[in-house]
Amino acid sequence: MATIVRDIETERTQARRRRRRGRIGLYTAAITAAVMGAFPFIWASLTAFKQNKDLYVKSNNPFLFNLAPTLDHFKFLFNDTNFLTFVRNTMVVGLAVVAITLLISLPAAYSLARLARKWGERLGIGIFLVYLIPPTLLFIPMQRVIVFLDLQESLWSLILVYPTITIPISVWLLMGFFKGIPRDIEEQAQVDGYSRIGAVMRTVMPLMFPGVVAVIVFAFTLSSHEFIYALAFNKASAFKTIAVGVPTELVRGDVFFWQSLMGAAIVVAVPIAVVFNLFLDRFVTGFTMGAVKG
Amino acid sequence: MATEVITTRRRRYLLDNERVLGSVLMTPAVIYIVALVGFPFVLAIIYALSDVTTGSRGFNFVGFDNFVRILDDPVFLRSLRNTFVFAAISNILVVVLAKALAMILVADFKGKWVIRFFVLLPWTTPISLATIMWLWTLDSLFSPIDWVLRWLGLIESNSYFLGKPGLAMASVIIVHTWRIVPLAAVIMMAGLAAIPHEINDAAQVDGAGFWRKLFEITIPLMAPIIAVAVLFGVILTITDMSVVWVLTRGGPTNSTQVLATWSFLKGIEGGALSQGAAIALFLLPVLVGLTVVILRLARRVEVF
Repeated sequence: MATIVRDIETERTQARRRRRRGRIGLYTAAITAAVMGAFPFIWASLTAFKQNKDLYVKSNNPFLFNLAPTLDHFKFLFNDTNFLTFVRNTMVVGLAVVAITLLISLPAAYSLARLARKWGERLGIGIFLVYLIPPTLLFIPMQRVIVFLDLQESLWSLILVYPTITIPISVWLLMGFFKGIPRDIEEQAQVDGYSRIGAVMRTVMPLMFPGVVAVIVFAFTLSSHEFIYALAFNKASAFKTIAVGVPTELVRGDVFFWQSLMGAAIVVAVPIAVVFNLFLDRFVTGFTMGAVKG
Repeated sequence: MATEVITTRRRRYLLDNERVLGSVLMTPAVIYIVALVGFPFVLAIIYALSDVTTGSRGFNFVGFDNFVRILDDPVFLRSLRNTFVFAAISNILVVVLAKALAMILVADFKGKWVIRFFVLLPWTTPISLATIMWLWTLDSLFSPIDWVLRWLGLIESNSYFLGKPGLAMASVIIVHTWRIVPLAAVIMMAGLAAIPHEINDAAQVDGAGFWRKLFEITIPLMAPIIAVAVLFGVILTITDMSVVWVLTRGGPTNSTQVLATWSFLKGIEGGALSQGAAIALFLLPVLVGLTVVILRLARRVEVF
């Protein structure tokens, strides 16, 4: 009897120990992953607040503030560089691209999800394959097209061209969301006397809100990440976006303004990451639903 | 009787419109893509077969001369090799690391959102900005990695990560890997979530351990989704130009040059549009190959 109790006790302790070991393993792995992912960001954040006399001394411990932290480099970034112009350009281009993307992708996605039968699937795959003809293949002729349209050195060039990157992926995403909404809803509204478009606007569109938000976030991020077209089309700093402006302009000759440069990178990276984290689950479901046969 | 009339009328109304409405709604997207992807794509091929430059007005078809000429260029061959070496090595690393990361991210633990925020940073940050942080992290004089290695007594003087061909190539590969792991992990998470709990539970009851379950259940069931993640990773690495451009500009002495940067240097900076277009077109066969694989997979995989 006593031995059985003791056996159960040892079993329990062993199980507890095993579970604890699993937990410790999990946390170690998670923290290692976080540090590996965030290392350049940690280093960049420390750098942005360091004084020159602290940063540019080889023997100083780079992970400590050997002299008091300073905000001077942020002041320099905001007052004496074109950083705010880049931010404004990125916002203008991003918002315009989002608007064009939604205007074009919503009808197309609806058409592919609901109206198209045989050709729909093929066209859907075709649109997705556009993703496989990347800017790297197209930037040379595209630059000539932009020069021909006389749009070089302006934000219009980017506003016109970025939807080619955002539309395919957005159509795919939205198609999934449309397929997730039961047909009956709009059919019911049509029975109630609305036209097809009227029915869709009144019943389906409100339910599409999460999909639309996902596309807004996605299209905006893609256009703020883009590098090749932005580098090829616009050389004047007045028309540069963050992605191209920060790495090319915060340098004088061979001298990098490292602290301001790192400050700029952090100021941009953190808000985007916050928004992405809020919507991550939605993207995962969005892409999953894209494949559900409707 | 009355309801029947209504339904038939509604059906006919729908049928009459569905085709028309379908194509009307589709047209703007098709026009946009044809005009701004299809047309430039054809132009890219025409350029590659001609002698067009930014300076001259002349335009002659020269057949495959550009291809013959660039194939004689050692820098081009170096770029071609680098493009594939970088893509291959970084994506092998991506698969292993992303699988591990996905398993961490599907587990339940306190403070998960903080971890998630940090591990997703490399992917959510604009790539050129992320790369500029690496440029500073790998700085020849003030790299904190060098400081740690010096402090540990492993090196005497700095490593000059971006100044030596081998280390520069390794740096490019590490930045690519670092950036793609989070995306691949997110794709794999969707796959992990799709594996029924019962299978794992049954294996557990039968006494299978962590590694056995990993290799005999999780990985085989996830093979298609891992393939999807790899395809995205390969496309992102072979078509990316910003990592190499910001980190090394292809240097030292073209040892990290890739097709994208070499094409940009020749075509945009050098003005030789035809050669630039021809260099970029070398990506096409690979992309077509990937397309075929993706189409095959798309039929088999639910999550895509």
